[in-house]
Amino acid sequence: MEQIPILKVGRCLLVSIQIDMHDKLAMALQDDLTQKLVETRARGVLIDISALDLVDSFIGRMLSNIAAMARVLDAQTVVVGMRPQVAITLVELGLTLTGIQTALDVDRGLALINRLIDAEGEDGAGGAH
Amino acid sequence: MVQVERTSTLEVRTPEDVVKVRQEVRKRTAAVGFSLVDQTKFVTAASEIARNTIDHGGGGRAHIETIVLTGKRGVRLVFEDQGPGIADIKLAMQDGYSTGGGLGMGMPGSKRLSNEFYVESSPGKGTKVTLVRWKSS
Amino acid sequence: MLEKHQSKLLTSWVQQQLASGSLRSGQIKEDELKEHSEKFLREFVASLKSGQTDDIVGAGWSPVRELLGEVSRSRALQGFTPSETATFIFSLKGPLFTLLREEIKGNAQVLGDEIWTATKLIDKLGLYTAEVHQQSRDDIIRRQAQELLELSTPVVELWHKILALPLIGTLDSERTQTVMENLLNHIVKSGAEIAIIDITGVPTVDTLVAQHLIKTVSAARLMGADCIISGIRPQIAQTIVHLGLQLDVVSKATMADAFALALKRTGQVVNRAAAKPA
Repeated sequence: MEQIPILKVGRCLLVSIQIDMHDKLAMALQDDLTQKLVETRARGVLIDISALDLVDSFIGRMLSNIAAMARVLDAQTVVVGMRPQVAITLVELGLTLTGIQTALDVDRGLALINRLIDAEGEDGAGGAH
Repeated sequence: MVQVERTSTLEVRTPEDVVKVRQEVRKRTAAVGFSLVDQTKFVTAASEIARNTIDHGGGGRAHIETIVLTGKRGVRLVFEDQGPGIADIKLAMQDGYSTGGGLGMGMPGSKRLSNEFYVESSPGKGTKVTLVRWKSS
Repeated sequence: MLEKHQSKLLTSWVQQQLASGSLRSGQIKEDELKEHSEKFLREFVASLKSGQTDDIVGAGWSPVRELLGEVSRSRALQGFTPSETATFIFSLKGPLFTLLREEIKGNAQVLGDEIWTATKLIDKLGLYTAEVHQQSRDDIIRRQAQELLELSTPVVELWHKILALPLIGTLDSERTQTVMENLLNHIVKSGAEIAIIDITGVPTVDTLVAQHLIKTVSAARLMGADCIISGIRPQIAQTIVHLGLQLDVVSKATMADAFALALKRTGQVVNRAAAKPA
């Protein structure tokens, strides 16, 4: 079964969603991420959805779950690369991705995550490194 | 009178079927000439109802039709299942309503993404959801 | 019979049209008129031969319909009224009936029948022409409305990373769609992080308009851009409070204030140049 690759970039984990996700893949991704977050002690998760031409409530729920789970593990989540027509559709659908920050692209997303992590200071679980 | 130009029927039972429904609706709306935003809206609505058909209806079918009415062209989707049916349609059409946790049944949202939206359902009699979107001039 | 006298019929028809002022003071040239008339007559005769003489919807008449469609559309663009364009067809009756009368001398019954058939046909063709004319006028109006819509929602790149969206007029659901698309596409193009939506030009803000504004703000946020609403007039502020509207977004009275805030938020500074020594 295909797996979605998770890369470590600085203090973040980067996930690029390229294909049409279905349930098993989504579950596998969430499991993978949780594991890697604990392993690497990453403080941020960057989800790149620039390849998605559609985000429905299923994907929306998956993103919210990932953000909630990351928060429990003291990590910030930023979603980047949402296409205009997807944003307009989500707003019409009434899907509020609460608890999820967004940025235009990976560069800005990383900058944002770093700002957020620094703003939190060193009282995170990992302490000063 | 609405005329049907083309129609295809897809089984909607597995998550992979949802992907197939999305692809077919995308193809049809593009062929009719929907703008990119309108395509995205309708394909998303189709995805929502397809998932409902599987999750709440026990699986069913989707009819995807290209239609014409006095010169304007559009796409009509009919999702039907023989599942338990919806007891209270009004309640199901309220934002935030859900029978099993999560973000609600996706129906009120899909209605907003379509030009026309009809639900026929009652307990024990299955469910039929019809969505129509017209090409905007 | 028509074929025999086609050229004679054509000449008298064109003469009649010219005499009755179909040229509409230079809007259409005599050559063009002759060309249209000739083409029409040719197709008309050809379709008559195909046998169907009581209606014009069959396949045998499609070349005529196409030709009429073209003529009608071009006349619509040139500014002719539907009646004027239809008259082009109706004016054929005169010379045609004269011709019929000459050819079918002596048999009133046959003459009557032929004239009746011809009248019905030409009426249908004339009406068809008027319909197509109307249709293309509607299309033109729709296109202009669309252009107007786009013109009235400009997005301005105010500064590095800052966009301004001055809204003029009411914000209905159709306009909101255009505004959102426009704004989001600009965010992508310019990489803006802040969008200032100025509503000085929006006459009233009621529950619906507020919903549309919130939708626009939410959509921009999903693209990683924050919004600031500026141009809130005192009456608008009162209405918002009275209606209990929750505008979950920072708002400022003037664009200047909004701009200052936007600069701060994006970590940018505008410095006054040092005065030159005297």
